[in-house]
Amino acid sequence: MTSEVERVFREEYGRAVSVLVRQLGDIDLAEEMVAEAFAEAVRRWPPVPPSPAGWIITTARNKAVDRHRRESTRDARHAQAHLLAGDPQPPEEVGAVQDDRLRLIFTCCHPALGRAAQVALTLKLLGGLSTAEIAAAFLVPEPTMAQRIVRAKRKIARARIPYRVPHDADLPERVTSVLAVVYLIFNQGAAAAAIRLGRQLLELIPDEPEVRGLLALMLLTESRRAARTAGGFVPLDRQDRTLWDAALIAEGHALVRECLRRGRPGPYQLQAAIQAVHTDPPTDWTQVLALYDQLLGRLPTPVVALNRAVAVAEVEGPAAALTLVDGLQLGDYPPWHAVRADLLRRLGRRAEADAAYARAAELAPTEGERLFLEGRMTSGSGGSWTGQDRP
Amino acid sequence: MAKYLLSVYQPEGTPPAPEELEKIMARVAAFQEDAEAAGVWVFSGGLDGQETATVVHAQGDEVLVTDGPFAEAKEYLGGLTIIDCADLDEALHWGRRATLATTLPIEVRPFHWA
Repeated sequence: MTSEVERVFREEYGRAVSVLVRQLGDIDLAEEMVAEAFAEAVRRWPPVPPSPAGWIITTARNKAVDRHRRESTRDARHAQAHLLAGDPQPPEEVGAVQDDRLRLIFTCCHPALGRAAQVALTLKLLGGLSTAEIAAAFLVPEPTMAQRIVRAKRKIARARIPYRVPHDADLPERVTSVLAVVYLIFNQGAAAAAIRLGRQLLELIPDEPEVRGLLALMLLTESRRAARTAGGFVPLDRQDRTLWDAALIAEGHALVRECLRRGRPGPYQLQAAIQAVHTDPPTDWTQVLALYDQLLGRLPTPVVALNRAVAVAEVEGPAAALTLVDGLQLGDYPPWHAVRADLLRRLGRRAEADAAYARAAELAPTEGERLFLEGRMTSGSGGSWTGQDRP
Repeated sequence: MAKYLLSVYQPEGTPPAPEELEKIMARVAAFQEDAEAAGVWVFSGGLDGQETATVVHAQGDEVLVTDGPFAEAKEYLGGLTIIDCADLDEALHWGRRATLATTLPIEVRPFHWA
């Protein structure tokens, strides 16, 4: 693919598929026709037409019409009638097109599909990722991922999962599910695709503050990726700030300010606000602790309690934090051992600290984190594990 | 329109106390009335205990008759409702009503031909 077609593909694939799914009533056929339209674009562009998405949609639709004229199979007859009955011009007005993308998002993230299937379908149909790319991001064999996607599509068709934006009464719950899918995608190594989806969602659902909060959270987390992963794993207080992405931070901070103005905080907005404080050094730990207090009220999980304890250590000292940390049942969670190790070290309990570092290193999910933690055992100073900064 | 089967899964063991059962039955009756009024209701029925079941199974031309349910389970099919709905969201709406009425888990499953 030429770079121009590639750019249009990344930005417009989901839009094109969503329109075609509505027009054709068949997800597989929509994907196939859109793929053919992009193949045609590779042959014909440049010049890139004034409305690349419109061109792709029209071309895909024409290919579908051609195919149905050629093949008059029993299954195709219905779709053909539908196609030919429709407006010969694709809908150009933005409203209708946006609605289609929203429909597709809610169909992909329908609660009747399992989380893994929701994630895979969203990446495939809206993110435009190939099955191989999705399989690689989720560390599963490609045939497994292919089967997951086929099954999900089959369930959509056979159980008649509707292609529409949910009723107002169901909307908050359904949006929560969509946000969970996007954040999972972000954390599973497809950060760029997740951020693109987050931007689209904000465009489509501008009035739900948690949508804005999630985008801010992803941007601010992403802004420090280079600094965090430089030479393996670097915790927040040791990061080279010249490696932080100033543009992402500025955008993230602006989104967090808009969230604060709306005054309807939720878990994503609070996590984004915490990231905003961390990307405005030196970190104001009193503010971080206040935000964690709010977050723990809404999301009372042991992991949030652990991260809050890290802030407690900065505000009230390591002894108070250690009491909190020891009260959490998180023995299988590597950061729990790492946080504990740091607190023990700061309290001068070296032997216990080293044992905790060793356990954390043993459980560390990445080589970078393992090396960092092993280094902590002998180095003895600086560089606390903050809990909030994972590679 | 498509038909969906709502299966009620019932735990083995003692049934709810009579006054509790009475409330459940009243809610189930209201569920059925509402489904009928909405024009989606096709059929409902409660099944007797799994100890009353008999299995017949063809072995070539012979048929083997055995006592008991096909698969002994801690949770078994206790009753069913068939509804005719526009899509899964509508079927799930009635599924929600059914689980709230019975307090039991409900499996919502489309018929293949309907």
